[in-house]
Amino acid sequence: MKIYGGGKIFVGLIIFIGLATSPFLFNIGKSSIVRDTKAAEIMQSMGLQCVEKKAFMLPNHMRLLDKWRDSVVRKGNRLYKASDGKEYEMSLQNTCLNCHSEKNETCNACHSNMARKHTCNGCHNYMAVNPYCWDCHIKPKETKS
Amino acid sequence: MSMNRRDFLKIAGISTIAGIGGTAIVGGLQKGVIEAAQTAPDTDTLTGKKWGMAIDMDKIKSEETLKRVTEACHRIHNVPDFSNTKDEVKWIWTETFEHSFPGQEHQFMPDAIKHKPFLLLCNHCDKPACVRVCPTKATFKRKDDGIVMQDMHRCIGCRFCMAACPFGARSFNYRDPRTGLKPEEINLDYPTRTKGVVEKCTFCRERLAKGLQPACVEASNGALVFGDLNDPTSEIRRILASKYTIRRKPELGTEPNIYYIIGGSDYAVVPEIK
Repeated sequence: MKIYGGGKIFVGLIIFIGLATSPFLFNIGKSSIVRDTKAAEIMQSMGLQCVEKKAFMLPNHMRLLDKWRDSVVRKGNRLYKASDGKEYEMSLQNTCLNCHSEKNETCNACHSNMARKHTCNGCHNYMAVNPYCWDCHIKPKETKS
Repeated sequence: MSMNRRDFLKIAGISTIAGIGGTAIVGGLQKGVIEAAQTAPDTDTLTGKKWGMAIDMDKIKSEETLKRVTEACHRIHNVPDFSNTKDEVKWIWTETFEHSFPGQEHQFMPDAIKHKPFLLLCNHCDKPACVRVCPTKATFKRKDDGIVMQDMHRCIGCRFCMAACPFGARSFNYRDPRTGLKPEEINLDYPTRTKGVVEKCTFCRERLAKGLQPACVEASNGALVFGDLNDPTSEIRRILASKYTIRRKPELGTEPNIYYIIGGSDYAVVPEIK
């Protein structure tokens, strides 16, 4: 089989594939989000823990918040019994933001901007999601990082 | 490849069942993730089947009382003040007798009543017109306690509820409410609203959940009485049983739950149950 102008076509294809995959090739082995597994253990030992485990919260926090919203607004149930048996008030503004805030003193005591890194924006900016929670709910001051 | 009609239908049928069954199983598994945890009402919650309020107009003696009551409400709920009636957002406000109870005024009535500002708020009707017209079920009547609630997350700002409400209890956010609030006065424990949603009084459901009376009642020095209309032994029921009261526009059949005591002089002693 003979391809007319085959040489040009294949060279072009190789260049194209090279260009198209270059962002992935450059970033092989680098991850901009550092998943520090030790941090979770240390925080737990200090008594700092989220309502559910981190492995659950990372992919499911939006579903949890959705359920909280329905429960509080529509049913008037405001207490959340976590899977470890602890009870929390279901409130974005008054429960979540107590820790997930730039003003978290426990984190800021040792790390200059630890708290900021772990607030909503830290991840949402990276993932390019813009939830509009803050149109109504009042967040503590947080600068775009 | 050749296939007869019978074989084709068999394969098609099996793949349909596999497809539907597969999604059902996957969906069922995902649901379990959050359902496992449980929710419950706050332990301090005031419980009532049908919240209502009695307003004793004789006990509201000065403009200051009215101002204190409205400000108490508007401050804790971050209700903006734009100082113009077009953009006004109000949860509790005042109006003359003629405008509050149209058709019941007459030329010989006492001036004291005719010119008295009446305290108005959402009536939390038994048959709320706003709930019937809401296309997204953003406003709804809570089954447990009868509060006509708003889910701001669902409101699309169509304003049908504003047209339907005969009491003018609903306000639209024509402007970003945060521009009408002083930053130092914002209550950080309560959200604001966003531009383009309708809002109104919620009978302080967030305070009821903590075992507190509504903010207006607390600030009124006993002029406003809040309670469960379903409980014959409650303070409000005993007051309603002993004093003559009127409601706003009862002829419309929405069954409002705010009662006005006019000329009650003093019910200071809540009558005992016989």
